[in-house]
Amino acid sequence: MRVSELKPQERIPRVKLRTSHFRLAVVASALMSAAEAAMASSPTSIFSELSTPAQQENGLAFFVLGICAVIFVSVAGLLVYAMWKFRAKKTDTQQEPPQVFGSVQIELSWTIIPILIVVVLFLGTARVLFSVQDAPKPKNALDVTAVGHQYWWEYHYPQYGVAVANELHIPVATGDGGRTTYIKLTSADVIHSFWIPQLGGKTDMLPNRVNEMWLDPKKTGEYLGQCGQFCGAEHAKMLLRVYVDTPEQFAAWIAGQQKTQAELTAATATSTDDAIDAATGQRVFEQQACINCHTVQGTMANGRFGPDLTHLASRKTLASGAMDNTPENLKAWIADPSQFKPGCLMPAMHLTDKQNAQITAYLETLK
Amino acid sequence: MGSETYPVAGGAVHEAPARNTYLEVIHSWIVTVDHKKLGIMYIVYALLFLVVAGIEALLMRIQLAAPHLHFLDPQTFNRMFTMHGTTMVFLVGMMILFGLGNYLVPLMIGARDMAFPRLNAFSFWMSAFAGLLLYFSFIGGNGLAGTGTAPDVGWFAYAPLTEKAFSPGHTIDYWTVALLANGVGSIGTAINILATVFCMRTKGMTLLRMPLLPWLYATMSFLTLVAISPLTAAQAMLMIDRYLGGHFFDTQAGGSALLWAHFFWIFGHPEVYVLVLPAFGMASEIIPVFSRKAIFGYPAMVAASVGIGFISLGVWAHHMFTIGMTSYGNAFFTLSTMLVGIPTGIKIFNWLATIWGGRIRFQVPMMFACAFLLQFLIAGLTGIMLSVSAWDWQLHNSYFVVAHFHYVLVGGIVFMLFGALTYWYPKMTGRMLSERLGKWHFWLMLIGFHMTFDLMHIPGLLGMPRWIYTYEADRGWGTLNLLVSIGAFIQAIAVLICVINMVWSYFRGPLAGPDPWDAWTLEWSTASPPPSYNFATDPVVHSRRPLWDLKHPEDPDSAFE
Repeated sequence: MRVSELKPQERIPRVKLRTSHFRLAVVASALMSAAEAAMASSPTSIFSELSTPAQQENGLAFFVLGICAVIFVSVAGLLVYAMWKFRAKKTDTQQEPPQVFGSVQIELSWTIIPILIVVVLFLGTARVLFSVQDAPKPKNALDVTAVGHQYWWEYHYPQYGVAVANELHIPVATGDGGRTTYIKLTSADVIHSFWIPQLGGKTDMLPNRVNEMWLDPKKTGEYLGQCGQFCGAEHAKMLLRVYVDTPEQFAAWIAGQQKTQAELTAATATSTDDAIDAATGQRVFEQQACINCHTVQGTMANGRFGPDLTHLASRKTLASGAMDNTPENLKAWIADPSQFKPGCLMPAMHLTDKQNAQITAYLETLK
Repeated sequence: MGSETYPVAGGAVHEAPARNTYLEVIHSWIVTVDHKKLGIMYIVYALLFLVVAGIEALLMRIQLAAPHLHFLDPQTFNRMFTMHGTTMVFLVGMMILFGLGNYLVPLMIGARDMAFPRLNAFSFWMSAFAGLLLYFSFIGGNGLAGTGTAPDVGWFAYAPLTEKAFSPGHTIDYWTVALLANGVGSIGTAINILATVFCMRTKGMTLLRMPLLPWLYATMSFLTLVAISPLTAAQAMLMIDRYLGGHFFDTQAGGSALLWAHFFWIFGHPEVYVLVLPAFGMASEIIPVFSRKAIFGYPAMVAASVGIGFISLGVWAHHMFTIGMTSYGNAFFTLSTMLVGIPTGIKIFNWLATIWGGRIRFQVPMMFACAFLLQFLIAGLTGIMLSVSAWDWQLHNSYFVVAHFHYVLVGGIVFMLFGALTYWYPKMTGRMLSERLGKWHFWLMLIGFHMTFDLMHIPGLLGMPRWIYTYEADRGWGTLNLLVSIGAFIQAIAVLICVINMVWSYFRGPLAGPDPWDAWTLEWSTASPPPSYNFATDPVVHSRRPLWDLKHPEDPDSAFE
């Protein structure tokens, strides 16, 4: 029987609103709000409007979700209806049902409708794609170069001559003195991916290649993320932390980071010293292998393999976000990094407990 | 339904089985070139690896059930997902599909064997050897004297992580050589299936009278030929880098990390269709039989299948939207990927129309096929979401992607495979599977599957990336991951029931007879299990459903062609 042969009242099933429908509605809305609560409670939810790329991707997401939901409800509804309606019943006679081999009209319709849907989806995507990826760079934009390492992040601010590790500070983009941040991304070893979900999609960091992305955060605060491309043993603990500062906070932070550290007097003294203080700690730091990998600007430590430690004490976390930056954690980390990040590239240097304490005392002064 | 033999020309008679010693039985399996025995060996081998890779998945799910667990150390976790992915794609997916293809394609086109029986045996043993080689890495990965490890770089093995500088030892070498060997086997089987489909069809079986399953296998074999070659080339380049001082992917010497990604996904995306097309074929056989109707729109189904095959060759870079392509590149691959949705949509609508107006018998194969239809619809829709490149910048490499492709691979392909194994098991063994155990298997699998993979989308939307061995507690991913892990164990129980069912029914199941499902294609016209020569005389067909014509002489399909 063709649809057009049905009487109107048969074509549209009449739905009486009953309590069961209300119950269904209540359950559905409870589920929805639970889902929303889950989304809101996560600091890394992708449903965010906190920067222009994130906002545009979010809008596109709901557009696509809406279209897909309509397709799902109609097709799945038809499938389930057909499975139910045309199930074999005991009362069936043994005869086979009428054999239908196809219908050009119907098949054309379900070819053309999907084509139209694809056109709509593609145009919607292209609009966001080009507006985000090919956005012109404003004159006052902040430049940052981000370099991925196994398993930490290195950031340079070429306009200010500042190099930092793991915790990125950028200014808010709205209001007076607001600036958009343009990030050049590359890698020192294998492929990594830079991803702060609330500020926008991810961009990969490839060795021997430079990619670009931009962020214009609309709200100050702390944003979290982590590496988005498998990069080796500790990929899971290659965490990202971005501070979005007010223009004043950012200027103050930059000024702080531009300061270099000094050689402390004891560092040049030759006598052994059991004192657990910064000066002795610096001497131990510089006499051990630490300086082969780490830089403390203004001192003889100028290794490039590990994170820059010039302002280590000003950071909130250690080991790329793996732990809080407390003296106890720092000392334990120096004693045996693989206890916290098994597979990380910093070796345990087999220092004495006293040496660890001295180095910790020194590093704690690197504000 | 009945066990009577239809008087088909070529229908075989039962032979008295000869009594053989165990040694003779083993010998007969090892030296066989019979497509049916090879097919069964493929299937059993793949099922063994399904259990192995499933256990690897369970270990990962225990580790991820709550934040900061120490059940597996990071390197072990990385090995588990590498081996799980590689095993499931190459040793389970490819081999079980080749196994069913091997068994079914000659029978369905009325041939007595594959076109090249010896090549067929060679292909199986190459692939089997590849599996052993891959798993030998657990012992020999860092040299026999060392601790022994498996590869830990992911099944995609992105360069330069696989270069000597970042992966010393021999784990990557085992992975590479195993995939090379497996590739040789796959190419051999692909050539064999193509030659069989195009040259071995029985009298009267034109290409457009061929059942859809051989059509899908032909398309899949064509894709295998095209797709395995770049993978093999990439593996050769990687070995040159690692042992002969090449710099293809050695970025420190000016090589390109992007090059590997392109090579891998030019293989990797068509590979997805290599796996899913046979499942489409199985659906196109099972759904009509259990709906008691001919497949709706056969020519459109053939065109859509071949269309998917061609389009799938031009979509690989949708795995690389975040890798830094130009906006035009991203736009191209967005559009090409969305285009796959059109022929796929046609297929789903045609299956729907096949069911429509039918008289559906909900036996276990059809239950799996129905779940396949609904789940594949969802998998397709999340696929559309991922093709939206600007949104994919967020979704890429998140758990949303993991949920999406498991929806395709488990919700689509594995469900269809369970349906197909239930459907053709009587043909292969001569005995029926237990319907009761089959229903337990189905419902537990359905519950476990949805618990695991429906919920898995959400941590992805909440920013959880793939390949992490643990996660922070403040992200809001904990509860969801616990539920996902519980679902995984429910699926494991379902698979266990399936295995028990298969073993028990092999000895105790009721006898099936040649045609237990009242079906219409040629394999049901011969004995179960078929004799080594399949058909005593070459069958002659006059329509797409030769057995329908025989069962309904008053209303044969051939009258409408």
